[in-house]
Amino acid sequence: MTDDAPLLSVRGVTKWYGRRLGCRDVGFDLYPGEVIAIVGESGSGKSTLLRLLTRQADIDAGTVSYRMRDGSLRDLSALTDAERAVLRRTDWGFVHQDASFGLRMSVSAGGNIGERLMSAGARHYGDIRAEAARWLARVEIDQARIDDTPDTFSGGMRQRLQIACSLVTGPRLIFMDEPTGGLDVSVQARILDLLRGLVVDLGLSALIVTHDLGVARLLSHRIMVMKAGEVIESGLTDRVLDDPREPYTQLLVSSILPA
Amino acid sequence: MSAASYNFAYLDEQSKRMIRRAILKAIAIPGYQVPFASREMPMPYGWGTGGIQVTAAILGPDDVLKVIDQGSDDTTNAVSIRAFFAKVADVKTTTATADATVIQTRHRVPETPLSDRQILVYQVPIPEPLRFLEPRETETRRLHALADYGLMHVKLYEDIAHHGHIATAYAYPVMVAGRYLMDPSPVPKFDNPKIGGCAALQLFGAGREKRIYAIPPYTRVVSLDFADYPFERYRQQGTCALCGADDTFLDEVVTDDKGGRMFICSDSDYCEKRRETASAKERPHD
Ligand SMILES: Nc1ncnc2c1ncn2[C@@H]1O[C@H](COP(=O)(O)OP(=O)(O)OP(=O)(O)O)[C@@H](O)[C@H]1O
Ligand SMILES: [Mg+2]
Repeated sequence: MTDDAPLLSVRGVTKWYGRRLGCRDVGFDLYPGEVIAIVGESGSGKSTLLRLLTRQADIDAGTVSYRMRDGSLRDLSALTDAERAVLRRTDWGFVHQDASFGLRMSVSAGGNIGERLMSAGARHYGDIRAEAARWLARVEIDQARIDDTPDTFSGGMRQRLQIACSLVTGPRLIFMDEPTGGLDVSVQARILDLLRGLVVDLGLSALIVTHDLGVARLLSHRIMVMKAGEVIESGLTDRVLDDPREPYTQLLVSSILPA
Repeated sequence: MSAASYNFAYLDEQSKRMIRRAILKAIAIPGYQVPFASREMPMPYGWGTGGIQVTAAILGPDDVLKVIDQGSDDTTNAVSIRAFFAKVADVKTTTATADATVIQTRHRVPETPLSDRQILVYQVPIPEPLRFLEPRETETRRLHALADYGLMHVKLYEDIAHHGHIATAYAYPVMVAGRYLMDPSPVPKFDNPKIGGCAALQLFGAGREKRIYAIPPYTRVVSLDFADYPFERYRQQGTCALCGADDTFLDEVVTDDKGGRMFICSDSDYCEKRRETASAKERPHD
């Protein structure tokens, strides 16, 4: 939390799927360098919220504003498709639970990392490759695997590769939806370590959706608890986990062992 | 059935007008794939029904048609298409590139430079250059709309990573007029430099995929590459065994069953014209 002006400013965000609520009246500010965890039971609207914030789905009401690199706070709805696309592939990163959403499984690791550079205009093969190799090392994947495709990678390596792909363009904000879901505990722990280090070193802001309160404890500064599409409690991570106010949060905390 | 029972050039006037509208739009937006309502033609897809529909829509009674397949006027495919239009449009046909006003082609650009009185019609199997890496049509359309072509460079990156050079030899992707990424159809990349700045109008028809696109005369067309791996024109190193040309695109032909091989020009008309000129020089008093 290094800056006074929020990077992402969310107000009254609401989404209906027909008559079923996706999420309702969600509002918060995310500051530069800050990590917010979104927790809640299955179906509570966590992934929906992430999709709305990144404009992969349209919102029914509310606004999402983002601080551009020139310092201006812009309503994402007022940006053109092209401007949003540039944000998505340069200033934002994504780590999905299902690596096949974030990676091209039949393209080499180097090609996957290079895609964002090439989309941003890089046209020197040697430079692109050197940058890809550097990022593989950074996420602790053997550089000798640079020409292998992610479908030959383990689950943990795929998540590492997604992280490298996201970070190669020097983004300011990372969206993660269950980035370590489905991995076994020891693999998960090492990836969380890696993420924590990168977030600090690079001064990244992050929104991380997780079921796992241990993940939230380890990575986040603040927590938002969602239930049935609404944020029912939010606050500093330690406060929410150690002294939950809402009965639902108390249930959540007591039913899962914190890390 | 007599030729008279067909409408001129086989297609009804309504269909031809529809195709012409697609062609005009394609010319107005160089390199952009315009959808059109592809008609059934009396031959299977893969026989160039897209090119045939474009040809049918632009052909007039005074046109002179040439049809080539891999540079040759004599393959079954080329002969049938030529015969088809000779019958249904009663147009003159030729094998001489210079004499043709409309040239329908599969897989080659003629060696003889084209003029502004000519139209080159390409048969296209797969119009979408991004298909290889992104099978979702909704997504490729979005990428075109945003001119987000990093993905095409990913393909070239993969080539270099796996083969040490850009191994794409056919259907080598190009940027048209600095805006749209385009597949020049499976012509050898040797032909790419002829597509840019060409005096003739170039039309591309994909029948099964229902797309038409175009390159207007004298349009800038750039083959994608990297600063450290620039685009390179490729031809078999060798000379034509028939005409001696050392600067044309060559086909390798097997001459016997003992491994004998030779190179000959893939453009049979160009090769023939060179031989005629050479023999005329040898016998100046004929
Ligand atoms: N595309 C959609 N169409 C219809 N309903 C949807 C759609 N996406 C989500 N929903 C509904 O919105 C609600 C919130 O779903 P969401 O996927 O955001 O939950 P979640 O908190 O991410 O759950 P999980 O932890 O299981 O991933 C659910 O009732 C879900 O059925
Ligand atoms: Mg979810």
